[in-house]
Amino acid sequence: MYRLFVALTILIFSASSARAGAPSPQELKDLYFGEALYYAFQGDWFDAISRLDTELTQHHGLDEPERDTLYYHLNHARFAVGDFELAYRMHQRAGRAIKAVINGNVEEQVRNEAIFRLARIYFQKDQPVNALYAVERISGDVPADIRNELDFLRAQILMANGRFAEAAEILQDLSDVKSLQGFSTYNLGIALIRDNKELQGREYLDLTGRINSKDALTLAIKDKSNLVLGTKLLEEKEFADAKEVLDRVRLNGPFSNQALLGSGWAAAFQGHFDRALVPWSILATREVTDAAVQEAMLATPYAYGKLDVYSKAAVMYGSALENFGTELDKLDASIKSIREGHFLRAMVREELKQDANWVVKLRRLPQTPETYYLLELMATHDFQESLKNYLDLEQLRRKLEVWQGDLDAFREVIEQRRAYYKPLLPVIDREFRQLDSQMRLRLEQRDRIAQRLENMLVVPRPDYLATSRERIFSEQIGLLEQRLSSGNAAVPESYGVRIRRLRGILHWNIYTEYDQRFTEAYLHLRDLDHEVDLLQNRYKAFVRTRQAATQSYEGYDEVIRNQRFRIREAGEKVQELMARQGHMLETMAVRELTKRRQRLAEFHVKARFAMADSYDRATTVQTREREGK
Amino acid sequence: MFCRLTGVILVISVLVFSLSAYGQENSREQIKGLDEQVQEIKTDVLSIAEQLNQLEEKLLYPSNTQVAVFIALDNNETFRLDAVEIELDGKPVAHHIYTFKELEALQKGGVQRIYTGNILAGAHDLQVLVLGKSGGGTDFQKTERFTVNKDVGPKMVEISLAAQSITFKDM
Repeated sequence: MYRLFVALTILIFSASSARAGAPSPQELKDLYFGEALYYAFQGDWFDAISRLDTELTQHHGLDEPERDTLYYHLNHARFAVGDFELAYRMHQRAGRAIKAVINGNVEEQVRNEAIFRLARIYFQKDQPVNALYAVERISGDVPADIRNELDFLRAQILMANGRFAEAAEILQDLSDVKSLQGFSTYNLGIALIRDNKELQGREYLDLTGRINSKDALTLAIKDKSNLVLGTKLLEEKEFADAKEVLDRVRLNGPFSNQALLGSGWAAAFQGHFDRALVPWSILATREVTDAAVQEAMLATPYAYGKLDVYSKAAVMYGSALENFGTELDKLDASIKSIREGHFLRAMVREELKQDANWVVKLRRLPQTPETYYLLELMATHDFQESLKNYLDLEQLRRKLEVWQGDLDAFREVIEQRRAYYKPLLPVIDREFRQLDSQMRLRLEQRDRIAQRLENMLVVPRPDYLATSRERIFSEQIGLLEQRLSSGNAAVPESYGVRIRRLRGILHWNIYTEYDQRFTEAYLHLRDLDHEVDLLQNRYKAFVRTRQAATQSYEGYDEVIRNQRFRIREAGEKVQELMARQGHMLETMAVRELTKRRQRLAEFHVKARFAMADSYDRATTVQTREREGK
Repeated sequence: MFCRLTGVILVISVLVFSLSAYGQENSREQIKGLDEQVQEIKTDVLSIAEQLNQLEEKLLYPSNTQVAVFIALDNNETFRLDAVEIELDGKPVAHHIYTFKELEALQKGGVQRIYTGNILAGAHDLQVLVLGKSGGGTDFQKTERFTVNKDVGPKMVEISLAAQSITFKDM
């Protein structure tokens, strides 16, 4: 029964993870967060985590993170990174990330959702006590969309801790929840049976086995429920009921082989060998590597024997014998192939990953005979986890290899930039210094003019706004005066009048046009300011570009050296872990194949004896018939 | 003999083969220990990836010249996106053909960074060509032109696609 419970857990786990996930926000404000989701939605967890980690690190490094676009999605992003890590089977890190949310200053709903996720991690990692401790910390308001999921998880955790009565109580309330259809009643059935309420438990298993649904997961749990109940009835020698229940299992579902085998035995134990032949004959034509099929290949002639059709039984035993012989050779070849490393090479084939059902497809590939017998093994939790780890390690190995190449390319880019900029920059810097001093001088002049105009608003100074031509005229008039009055001679009256008139004109012009000139001076200053702004922008752009030029090749040596070292170190570690993980997988596979081989060898012997026995009986019957004639 | 045979078969039948205890053979502790080490190396490699992302950005796409173009699908869009081509200042810079998984990721709300590059400050011409199939199954091709105004900081451009239109958001 414990094994059933484990299988149930696996099935439920797959159901809940299929229904979980990180949905995209209603309105996406941070494109890089959207990019992380893009990878996550494709199941590319490594890139999803690495993008989101980079984004979160940059966000936390900002002086004003509340102005960053990620700020709007921060809680979502924190949860998402935990989800991605969980999907990438980094439970420890996911746990830490979620604990950080729990211990942070967050709302009750957010905190409760975080605890729910933490409890789920503990439960999935086979730590039911920690899971229970976590789930008991949830109090107050719980987000509406996880309420049912939380209750279901609570029930699962209670079951894992042996508290079946409490679990049953919770599951009872969930029995009408559409999203948990089948799963809640199935678990309720198991919980009640484990709580010694056998009859009630069976009722719920029976109820689950009669569900009408089109959902693939619900149909799978329905089949599972029928198989469990049917097997239970079979063990308790309630053969008629067992057959009825086992016959409900779909013929094309994942549990159909076991159900057909069980259905045949249920009929056989009632002495209805003709009825047993129906499911067994279907089963015997299926995939020969399946354990149930092999058993059916012996059971079918056994039924014929019981029906006194010894000749047919003898022929079928002969056929089984031949098949078992072929399969034994295949198993030997598979074990040899695994030991030669072909199994692991088959597992990492890229084209297989394109298909979600690749493990099953693998069995049909003629190039991978070593995987033919491993479907059941591949379906087990430990093997799946180990295989996924191996595939993840292979992915890491490839990434690290590519990154080494990237670092070489970075190094080359840096060297080329250095070779280009280094001789160029001193000349540019020299020219820039000259331009810089000229600019400063002109800016000082501009400031002086601006200051003077400012002062002229208070104390008007028309003479400051005389044109250069007027200034020259004024100086020329002064010189003429000087010359005429040299040696203390009196200036002739006619000249004096003309000089005064000229001065008068100058004075007139300067004073009458003062306001207009003042306005124009301001307008010119404004134009100048515009030009100065443009100049300043170009100046800043130059400074930035100049700085970028240096930064484009300086300061990377240490970083690249460190990265190269870390990549090499990680690469060695990955290789070592791959070897260990690979060895573990090979050991598991060889053990499984050896076990299957032993079983098949037993079948082979039994088939040989049974065939001989059937021939004897057939001969006896024929002899009797001849004697009777 | 057949009674014995039946017994043996039944014992090793249904349940045993549905749920063998493979895990018990390889010690749980061994599997757990290895799993923890795999988790640790994943953490190390992720940290390397994060630093490489930052290094790559700093080295190849400094913020004063950086431009990134993102592709998103409008909400509830069901048209089949086949390919997108991007031209910047008349030069083709990105061309992507979508797989089913990528299209599904876009439909769920993911955003694809289709191009990251460098441009000078100022206005730049961006042309987007979209190839796909409408809900009715007919092929369609659509081209739109936009202007990207690059400033001092990194420039992000979101191109949102729908069967009827291509919209542009400058950030």
